[in-house]
Amino acid sequence: MSSKLEAIGIAKRYGDAVALEATDLAVQAGEFLTLLGPSGSGKTTLLQMISGLVAPSAGRIEIDGRDVTHIEPGKRGIGMVFQSYALFPHMSVWDNVAYGLRMRRKSRDEVRAAVDGALAMVRMSEYAKRFPKELSGGQQQRIALARCFAYRPSVILLDEPLGALDKKLREHMQSEIRRLHKELGATFVYVTHDQDEALTLSDRICLMNQARIEQVGTPADLYDRPATRFAAGFIGHSNLLEGALDDSRGPSGEPILLAAGGRIPLPMNAMNAIKAPNGKGASAAFAARHTLLVRPEAPRLVEPASGFVDGTIADVVFFGSDTRVQLAMDDGSELTVRCERSLSPRVGDKVGVVWDPYRTTLLQS
Amino acid sequence: MTIALHAQRESAASRRGRSVWLARCMRFLPIVPTLLFLLVFFIMPVGEILQGGLVDANGQVGLAQFERIARTPVYAKVLWITFAISFMTAALSILLGYPVAYLLSRLSERARERWLLWIMLPFWTSYLVKTYAWMLLLSKTGVLSTIALALGLVHETSGTIPSLTGVLIGMVHSMLPLAVMTMLPVMRGIDDRLTQAAETLGAERSTSFFTVFLPLSSPGVAAAGLLVFISSLGFFIVPALLGSPKETMIAQLVISSVLELFDMRFAGALSTVLLVCSIVIFFIYDRMVGLTSLTGEVAERQRGSRAQGLKLALLMTAGRVFAPFVMRRKVHGGEGARAASPLGLYTCVVMLVLVVPVLSVIPYAFTKSDYIAFPPKLFSVRWFGTFMDSPVWQSAVIRSFEVGLGTALLSLLLGFGATLAMTRMPRRASKPVFALLVAPLIVPRIVVAVGLLYLFGRFGLTGTNLGLVIGHTVLAIPYVVVTLAAGFQRFDWRLDDAARVMGASPLRRITSIVLPLLMASVTAAFLFAFLVSFDDLTIAIFVSGGINSTLPKQMWDDIQLAITPTLAAVSTTLVILIALVVAVSSWLKRRAR
Repeated sequence: MSSKLEAIGIAKRYGDAVALEATDLAVQAGEFLTLLGPSGSGKTTLLQMISGLVAPSAGRIEIDGRDVTHIEPGKRGIGMVFQSYALFPHMSVWDNVAYGLRMRRKSRDEVRAAVDGALAMVRMSEYAKRFPKELSGGQQQRIALARCFAYRPSVILLDEPLGALDKKLREHMQSEIRRLHKELGATFVYVTHDQDEALTLSDRICLMNQARIEQVGTPADLYDRPATRFAAGFIGHSNLLEGALDDSRGPSGEPILLAAGGRIPLPMNAMNAIKAPNGKGASAAFAARHTLLVRPEAPRLVEPASGFVDGTIADVVFFGSDTRVQLAMDDGSELTVRCERSLSPRVGDKVGVVWDPYRTTLLQS
Repeated sequence: MTIALHAQRESAASRRGRSVWLARCMRFLPIVPTLLFLLVFFIMPVGEILQGGLVDANGQVGLAQFERIARTPVYAKVLWITFAISFMTAALSILLGYPVAYLLSRLSERARERWLLWIMLPFWTSYLVKTYAWMLLLSKTGVLSTIALALGLVHETSGTIPSLTGVLIGMVHSMLPLAVMTMLPVMRGIDDRLTQAAETLGAERSTSFFTVFLPLSSPGVAAAGLLVFISSLGFFIVPALLGSPKETMIAQLVISSVLELFDMRFAGALSTVLLVCSIVIFFIYDRMVGLTSLTGEVAERQRGSRAQGLKLALLMTAGRVFAPFVMRRKVHGGEGARAASPLGLYTCVVMLVLVVPVLSVIPYAFTKSDYIAFPPKLFSVRWFGTFMDSPVWQSAVIRSFEVGLGTALLSLLLGFGATLAMTRMPRRASKPVFALLVAPLIVPRIVVAVGLLYLFGRFGLTGTNLGLVIGHTVLAIPYVVVTLAAGFQRFDWRLDDAARVMGASPLRRITSIVLPLLMASVTAAFLFAFLVSFDDLTIAIFVSGGINSTLPKQMWDDIQLAITPTLAAVSTTLVILIALVVAVSSWLKRRAR
């Protein structure tokens, strides 16, 4: 009801090809929502249908409770930042930023005040007379942002805006975008395929895969409690241990997974997660194979035979702040463990591994 | 209650459906006037010729006219020589033009623009001026004969013309720029790194050329061959002025049967033969290569097959055979092709042969003597005086300018709308539309001219400026569409999207975003359309009705009577005008970047 922006059953087909299956999504006012997914997942299609540049095959879009499905993009009260910016090359920076205001027939003074304000917000005031060609990638990016919010749209759509920048500049621009989001108070819908960017920026992430939504949640939700193997694999580094449940429980009554050549204790509530979806009860759950997600930062290396599982160090990779140790487990599977550099693990060492069961997640199969 | 609600929703949905349908129609609206124009002034007249050739005076459908062509040995011979000359012209133009286009495609953007100026000048120079120049060079008292005699190379000469050699020289000189310009876009689209990749994989330079560059450039070669062959089919200026009666081509026959014999049916039948040949060639071409290669776009639809493998093996062999003759790339030498290489030297020679004959008319314009002779006695401007003071020439110049400007405006208006709508159509729809828009380029001009003669006779448009503007617009639309389509291809439609999101109306988007960014293409299209009209003789011969001459028509009438220095003065004026237009358009293009 109080959603700023709502997509209801929205879908897009091109002939036989499905670009987006029927999808529902609600964005709250002032929220920063990221559409995250690999290319071809339908995230850009969804954004373009919200903007009105692409007409949906089915479903509708509502902004502030008003059906805007068949309303021109310019009349939806949205702003958009394009991939590689789409700045008008034949206009100065100032004219680019003023364009949207002029289209709204604002008075000259209003235009001047709004453009100067927008340029000041992105700290580009002294570049007003330049042309887009004469600016660096990062500067063009700021102008694209300023042009987009100069006329104060309440919804701002950003289509992979940082894709063309190098890593360092990208990180800097991420914090700029966060700041602008706070200052403007507008609703941001942000498309990216970069998981780090999504984790850093978003209030909520909408993870997409193969033309549909995989999972929607806060960055912490998606990282700690991924709903599917895809979600676990796409966000962060992950070890996926596969195995069957043991008939007997552990010492304190916790369920046990037989995987990677060892007995792995699961969190007490793990059974709820696997029983709930199909509703067939415990017997079916024990027959099926299950996947346990163990993030690399959860495990600790211990003496052989004193942990949950044992393995041999196959490779040690230096990552700056820490070291990633690649383990070959006794049953042939692999496990990656992040450990402090002071531990200086050596290739060929036999080790054991333990972790806090509550930092792992049993995935729905 | 629920029923009422349901019904209401239904009507809202249908209204929505209609608005979507309307919006889709609005996008295609700009192309409607163009299609109507071509329907009335191109498809209908040409269709009427087809019909006219098949139906005899009594309204009976029959092939009597074609029997007449086939039975009369003279006509069969004309057909044969027309095809022979056209084929040789196309083959020679491609052979001579390919290395030039190759070099130009590998040069930097700026260097290419500089070289292109020297191609554009002969390209846009009127066929009449070019042919006139060759008459001065090749005739018995012409430059080449005089020099050969003076050097003692020959003791007696009859000049190179009239002869088949003369015709071929004139035709190839006229068509070579077209061949180069058509091959260039496809070659430019070939990624430099592909040949480099072939070389890193162990191919000799020549092998990499034969196995990578040559096959990739073949659509351009085919496009050039098609355009040159079909344009040549309709030629009459060159064979009439440089050839003997033995080299009479079919277009000359059409002209004489209309203007001298008043036999419209026979002219119709001859045009039908030309038209059918063009259509057949056109379809074969579209099947084999795809029409869009005319704009430099190449469809990738080749599949692996045994024939493909055999072709590749042949190309590899060719590469190995030629390898010893190709210079090794110097390790520390500059990258890419340079003017100092043998290829550069060859290109220079070709450019000289293209440009020098055109410029050679200039000295004659300043002769003091009453007749054309080599060397001209300099220096006098009396012939410019004769040209400017003559009321006949004056009115011809004024008419040519009026008609040229009218054509440029009308064809730009029609062409812009059509191209705008075409670029936003789905590919399935845009292909046949593009085919229709460039069809006037592919149907021999003389067929269009005869068709319009029929049509205008009925509406009393013969001899009017409006009739000329309409006829020339039919011819100019393909040039405008191809030029603008190339511009639109580079146009980033996200800029239009950005303006749309910010609330700009369709008209505002065209005036504030699309037009300013496409200014270079629009200007070029305008100039091309002007030149097409300014240069045209074919339509003018048939449509101007013998009273109201345009400049080329006046030249044509004069040139058949006598080769006077006045003509040299007119030609010089034209060459200077063309040079100005070419320079302005290249300056605009450079400024746009």
